[in-house]
Amino acid sequence: MLDTEIKVTLELAAEHGLSAEEYARIQKILGRDPNFTELGIFSVMWSEHCSYKSSKVHLRRLPTRGPQVLQGPGENAGVVDIGDGLTAAFKMESHNHPSYVEPFQGAATGVGGILRDIFTMGARPIAVLDSLRFGPIGSGTTDEETVARNRRIVDGVVRGIAHYGNCFGVPTVGGEVQFEAGYSANPLVNVLALGIAKKEDLFFAKARGAGNPVIYVGAKTGRDGIHGASLLASAEFTEESQQKRPNVQVGDPFMEKLLLEACLEAMQTGAVVAIQDMGAAGLTSSSCEMASRGGLGIEIELARVPQREPGMTPYEMMLSESQERMLLVAERGREQEVLRVFAKWGLDAVEIGRVTEDGLVRVLHHGKIAAEIPAHPLAEEGPVYQRPLAAPAPVANERLVEFGAAGADLTDNFRKLLAAPAIASKHWIWEQYDYMVRTNTLEGPGAGDAAVVRVKGTKRALALASDGNGRWSRLDPFVGAQLAVTEAARNVACSGAKPWAATNCLNFGSPEKPEVMWQFSRAIDGIAAACIALEIPITGGNVSFYNETLGRSIDPTPVLGVLGIMEDASRALGMAFRAEGDVILLLDGLASAETSRREFSSSEYARTIHGIVAGAPPAVNLSAEKKLIAALVALAGEGKLQSAHDVSDGGLAVTLAESCFASDGLSARVSLAGKEPDEAALFGERGARAVVSVTSENLAAVRRIAAQYELAVLEIGRVSRGEFRIELNGRIAISSDTPSLADAWNGALEKLLSTNRLGKTE
Amino acid sequence: MKFGVVVFPGSNCDHDAFHALGAVLHQPVEFLWHQSEQVSGFDAIILPGGFSYGDYLRTGAIARFSPVMRAVEKFARSGGLVLGICNGFQILCEAGLLPGVLQRNAGMRFVCRQVHIRVETTDTPFTAMAKPGQVLQIPIAHGDGNYFCDEATLADLERHRQIVFRYTTPEGREDAAANPNGSLANIAGVCNREHNVVGLMPHPERAVEAALGSDDGLVIFRSLIESLTRRASVSA
Repeated sequence: MLDTEIKVTLELAAEHGLSAEEYARIQKILGRDPNFTELGIFSVMWSEHCSYKSSKVHLRRLPTRGPQVLQGPGENAGVVDIGDGLTAAFKMESHNHPSYVEPFQGAATGVGGILRDIFTMGARPIAVLDSLRFGPIGSGTTDEETVARNRRIVDGVVRGIAHYGNCFGVPTVGGEVQFEAGYSANPLVNVLALGIAKKEDLFFAKARGAGNPVIYVGAKTGRDGIHGASLLASAEFTEESQQKRPNVQVGDPFMEKLLLEACLEAMQTGAVVAIQDMGAAGLTSSSCEMASRGGLGIEIELARVPQREPGMTPYEMMLSESQERMLLVAERGREQEVLRVFAKWGLDAVEIGRVTEDGLVRVLHHGKIAAEIPAHPLAEEGPVYQRPLAAPAPVANERLVEFGAAGADLTDNFRKLLAAPAIASKHWIWEQYDYMVRTNTLEGPGAGDAAVVRVKGTKRALALASDGNGRWSRLDPFVGAQLAVTEAARNVACSGAKPWAATNCLNFGSPEKPEVMWQFSRAIDGIAAACIALEIPITGGNVSFYNETLGRSIDPTPVLGVLGIMEDASRALGMAFRAEGDVILLLDGLASAETSRREFSSSEYARTIHGIVAGAPPAVNLSAEKKLIAALVALAGEGKLQSAHDVSDGGLAVTLAESCFASDGLSARVSLAGKEPDEAALFGERGARAVVSVTSENLAAVRRIAAQYELAVLEIGRVSRGEFRIELNGRIAISSDTPSLADAWNGALEKLLSTNRLGKTE
Repeated sequence: MKFGVVVFPGSNCDHDAFHALGAVLHQPVEFLWHQSEQVSGFDAIILPGGFSYGDYLRTGAIARFSPVMRAVEKFARSGGLVLGICNGFQILCEAGLLPGVLQRNAGMRFVCRQVHIRVETTDTPFTAMAKPGQVLQIPIAHGDGNYFCDEATLADLERHRQIVFRYTTPEGREDAAANPNGSLANIAGVCNREHNVVGLMPHPERAVEAALGSDDGLVIFRSLIESLTRRASVSA
């Protein structure tokens, strides 16, 4: 049966995820009933994933401007000026549902999608970071079947990222991983990509010039990924979700690598007017968005589209999410210059249509009209919802951590904490990624708080960090979101870079639930407050709703990616202690603060040692964070620090240990004093703090600079060799030989994950 | 003196080799497209890392049939200097210019990390400036670096001093823990009988600037430059 013969009804619209109101709106725009292909086009363009219909009204509250911002939200990626006539294009995107249905391909195509967004802008990708969230992988944390499945998901996702990024030739330089029960049936795979372009080489997805040819390039169109955006990304999961596996696309990093080289080369000819990748909603979104942004129309003939299999209908072709495809507009008369470049790289490039003046997206199939829709209303006048919000009921009688007696030896607890998956070394993961290709990586994974890549041809370097804590955002989405911003910014500052701009990936449950929308709204307010205070504009990002399975939402997880800039790449700082005898300082933006019982109950220690996740996230003090960040940037810029590492998951004790583990066999002797309970002093996760090491010669200078920023500087110990020891109010709280601590931290993840397919340890 | 860096579709360390030779070592260097049918005018050829033609059949298996490889083979057989890095090493083995094969890593995973390799012979144009037994810190990044050959070939390699690099500890001890991929006899790089073609899995082009973690790879490129300079003066 031909598409056009399928009668479109309200029921069919509902099956496409369109409400009765939305269907009525379609009828009004068209002045008639849509045909089947048109219904498909509307359903993907107006899906939550593509239209941001539930998030739009809230996203407007984010700060998006700044003198450095060349392109804010609304394009394929945000773009900021990084000096020397260069720009950085960067963005973060999720591929959560596909990664649950098919971890390897889901994660791989997640990397592929965001890389295309970057090089579509004319920028060459130079770094990737991944923010991953999985269910528990430790034995006994939940039932064995779930643990085994979670481990398989971790393995598949990591292999998928490695497969795509390594082959494409972009270094995967950093990111973070968390394990929480709420992600068992809905893992998060958020990928951030960064690219560099000369200012004059930037490209935008805006059609120009009626009569200009529309050219299809890259992989052939197949039946894969049909309705990926509307059915996978814009609906919650049920028990039948595994049947959605055919909706997951299959990636080919080799094809993408060719596409990258060919696109950048074609752009250099000057004959390319506009370009847009075919990501979610494929040919539909690329043609509609280019036409709409240019205030023009586009006419395409589907019979000319390179097809992988015969007999595809217009509906299937318009909705296919086959990967590694691009749509571009060339200058009439110069199309041969463009086609020649793609031929050189062995890629399909076919003129499939032209830009028109009538503002319509007209889709022909063998000369017959298969769809005809006004571009602007389709792309820009979709539904916008002010969904109801409702704060969840407060938790009654929650169990909080009981602090132990003062003076106890906490070494055993510390060792357990170091081996907790959230704290333990992630080298098992990042060693599977090529983090050095392109020879720019100054601080790779595990080396510093942020990844640092140099910008060849300049003295500068860029730093990148991502962060987001779902546990904290569940307890308080406003504070949790602020902490995601402050931690990522602090991480960038610890590497010596000034926070310059941010992108985000907002992972939430169903927007149709008032509690979820309340979490979302509060998280937006938190991000906005922190970004305004720290003067970090948001240049784009991604919203991922419907992260729920069988009615259960994930912990709300706003992930922030912060880009930093440093003037002198040779000043890049790692977390590793550098020399025996160096002085260890705690820089504290808010020296008078203490970690309360409620706050401590939401810490990694509380979860690992006491099995408690409750209370509230640590309170945020934005002015303290701002002072600390400015001081770190100044100190690093003047070359006064040997190392810097912020206090975060696991608290001060873990921060100190990690600076030892990253070093060349060094250790630390530290003594602390204070009124806080022992566990809070050692393992509390209060922000606005960083541990730095300095040579004795630089100590006075560091104190002087820190004083300019009104920052408390506490001399807490010395870099040593041998025993790792922390004294608290004169009594030994932690003491152990460093290698045994390092082994616990180093091997934990590998022990859990290094299993072959039979489930045996390798 | 001119260096050629071959670009196959899917090569992704071509820019890095180009940068190392051009920007760091200030040598004349040009890219060589995979469809070039001749390599005249070049004094040394680098086959860079990456995933040539997607490496879908088997690493290096498709690249060996490319037009440029016919030219490289002729160049090598007439004594030209050829260095294959990572995927380049795999291609040289597939092309029969070097003995042995590179299998999946023993751990069945891609591995990227700094490793240590010991210079086993200084009797090649690529290691002439190294000290015998010198240990170099150079990173690896591969999924298929597990070197293998039969016993007769191994004996042959030993006899003709064709094992150029072995994975060792930082102190130069050859043990299983220092072997990142299960390579036979800890072999990280070999050369042909004539010693003018060398292939290795580690990436010396990533180890030419201390800021990136190591500049131990410089000795390989400097040896190469020195050998070419000497050749040029002899022929002049």
